[in-house]
Amino acid sequence: MSLFTFQGGIHPFDGKAMSKDKPITDILPKGNLVYPLSQHIGAPAKPVVQKGQRVLAGEMIAEAGGFVSAPIYSSVSGTVLAIEPRRTVTGDQVPCIIIENDEAYEQAPPINDKAFEEMSKEEVIAVIQKAGIVGMGGAGFPTHVKLQPKEPEKIDTIIVNCAECEPYLTSDYRKMLEEPEKLIRGLEIELSLFPKAKGVLAIEDNKPDCIELLRKLTREKENIFVHALKTKYPQGSERQLIYAVTGRAINSKMLPADKGCVVNNVDTVIAICNAIEEGLPLIYRIVTVTGDAIKNPRNLKVRTGTLYSELVEEAGGFRRNPEKIISGGPMMGFAVFDTDVPVTKTSSALLCMTKDEVAQWEPGPCINCGRCVEVCPSRLIPSHLAEISNHFDEEGFKKLNGMECVECGCCSYICPAKRQLAQSIKSMRKVMLAKAKSNATKK
Amino acid sequence: MSGIKKVSSTPHIRAKDSTAKIMLRVILALLPAALFGIYNFGLKALLIIVISIVSCIIFEWLFCCITKQKNSIFDGSAIVTGLLLAMNLPVLVPWWLVVIGSFFAIVVVKMLFGGLGQNFMNPALGSRCFLVISFPKLMTDFAYDTFSGATPLAELKNGGEVIVQNMILGTEAGTIGETSVIAIVIGGIILIATGVIDLYVTATYLLSFAAFVLLFAGKGLNLYYLSAQMAGGGLMLGAFFMATDYATRPITKKGQVIYGILLGVLTGIFRIFGPSAEGVSYAIIISNLFVPLIEKISIPKCFGKGGERR
Repeated sequence: MSLFTFQGGIHPFDGKAMSKDKPITDILPKGNLVYPLSQHIGAPAKPVVQKGQRVLAGEMIAEAGGFVSAPIYSSVSGTVLAIEPRRTVTGDQVPCIIIENDEAYEQAPPINDKAFEEMSKEEVIAVIQKAGIVGMGGAGFPTHVKLQPKEPEKIDTIIVNCAECEPYLTSDYRKMLEEPEKLIRGLEIELSLFPKAKGVLAIEDNKPDCIELLRKLTREKENIFVHALKTKYPQGSERQLIYAVTGRAINSKMLPADKGCVVNNVDTVIAICNAIEEGLPLIYRIVTVTGDAIKNPRNLKVRTGTLYSELVEEAGGFRRNPEKIISGGPMMGFAVFDTDVPVTKTSSALLCMTKDEVAQWEPGPCINCGRCVEVCPSRLIPSHLAEISNHFDEEGFKKLNGMECVECGCCSYICPAKRQLAQSIKSMRKVMLAKAKSNATKK
Repeated sequence: MSGIKKVSSTPHIRAKDSTAKIMLRVILALLPAALFGIYNFGLKALLIIVISIVSCIIFEWLFCCITKQKNSIFDGSAIVTGLLLAMNLPVLVPWWLVVIGSFFAIVVVKMLFGGLGQNFMNPALGSRCFLVISFPKLMTDFAYDTFSGATPLAELKNGGEVIVQNMILGTEAGTIGETSVIAIVIGGIILIATGVIDLYVTATYLLSFAAFVLLFAGKGLNLYYLSAQMAGGGLMLGAFFMATDYATRPITKKGQVIYGILLGVLTGIFRIFGPSAEGVSYAIIISNLFVPLIEKISIPKCFGKGGERR
């Protein structure tokens, strides 16, 4: 059987060997915890606690700021120290709730005490919404919104994104190996919402042990399938993944649901299982701490709000001074100024590299080699788009389908002239999106 | 932990390949043809190659100095242009002609239009055409083995006999780098194997030219004539090294196929219906001019707008 995949893409050094055999270890936070009110796509959460108030672990500290939003829970018991702007991974100052840990870890009552079998669809979705579950692959789109498409009867495929195509990341891999039952359970819960749908666990073929394990565990399940995908970045990009699994191509104007699909990350599905079965809100996150600057690369189970600097300590500190520190993977992650920023719901890794490959190269003129065209999964002409973006030519940008870019970064990666193609295109997209938004509100 | 770390936009990793490395591979791929040229035409050929490369580098350096630009000679593209220009010159040209050619290639065709990647025409070929028009006598003096004759392609055009084996081997009259099909194809294989080019342009060019010859040369299915046309003149050098020039060919595969067919048809027209036996240089530089138009009609259909796979 040929492997499922898409056209384009790249094969960067994957660096997963450093941490893939390290079991997930639980760590406890040492310092204060910082919870940004905006850890998801959509409206920021609204604080429901006051300075000086005592909170329990698993207690809601900020409620959803709208339908497309998610509540935030305290991951420790302690006292609210302040609600003030702090720097987050994106480098922005974002309002945050700061909590002093009393190290008692006194647990709040579960958010759900009903058995799954007795719950209605609406109740299941309500619990997922209440648990503050968002897309944990990186985008942070509230999961309850994904689970309530306009035409739910049209959904025929629920894909669990187990690709983990970003180099260095092994948190999803470890989860699949260590908690496969929860993963399958979470998927079954999702499938109960869409009776016509089948579930697909889509895994890159560089994780044969996961494929084998999950195949074995799902052999008896009639509506759950395991698909092996070709190992290639960005195989885990939503559009590319849907195409690889179903052959359906969606563009920027469509949602996965328009083509009958719902896509969720491994961690998200496990969080759904935890919320329904155990009544746990989203307060944990598996983070891979790795990179050639880290002494003992590891996979850590971290309470959200913990500062990255504590993670570095847990991983034995720095072996050598890092030149670049990235929250997330090297293709889509955020470079951070320092490690005094908190782990959020969407943090998947902390990557510390002794060399910054970007600074090493001076961008040169485009030689028109066409490699960016070859690797672009959206089948665009990145070199031309970047040029057009640098001139703010909106017409030209639209003509060359610039809005279809998925910002995967393959073009910048492959460019022999080391041009910042993705950066130019991304900035232009941002401007265009903002314009479209302000035009829409004017009307 | 000390100090603030470097930040940048995504992605944070880069492939190992670079412009200079690509240029190095092109130079490597040109070596078989260059070495054969030296073997075939003697040390004078080496001298021309050296003059051409050195003057190309000097002109580029001077241009950068005078226009106060960042020095660009280390990307290796000037060496490639110099080498390619030498390959396109007959061995008997005087040294100053080589220098003029280098000046035209680097300063006029390349640097004045913005330097590396911005030129609308292949510098070496643009320069060759300029020299052929300006110094027709010097540029068509193909004396070989004390026998001052025409190139095999000209012989063929005049109804004479040619030895196809010699044309494939390269022991024939012609410009320094164009005579040996074997040496050029070895270079072409190096380019393909090291990922510098693919076969879209080269194959469509050669195939469409062959088809044109079969259809319009009036020789019917004459394999002797066809193979002499394929092996003769600058076709092989052009198809592997000049038509594939990144800056002057379309960037999309679809565009490259259109471009290759245009090249084949134009070369066929020039060679069969034109007054000269040769037509590759003009076919390529004229097709270069069509590239912006080809790009316009070959914008790929983006992901998600092309319907379903199955």
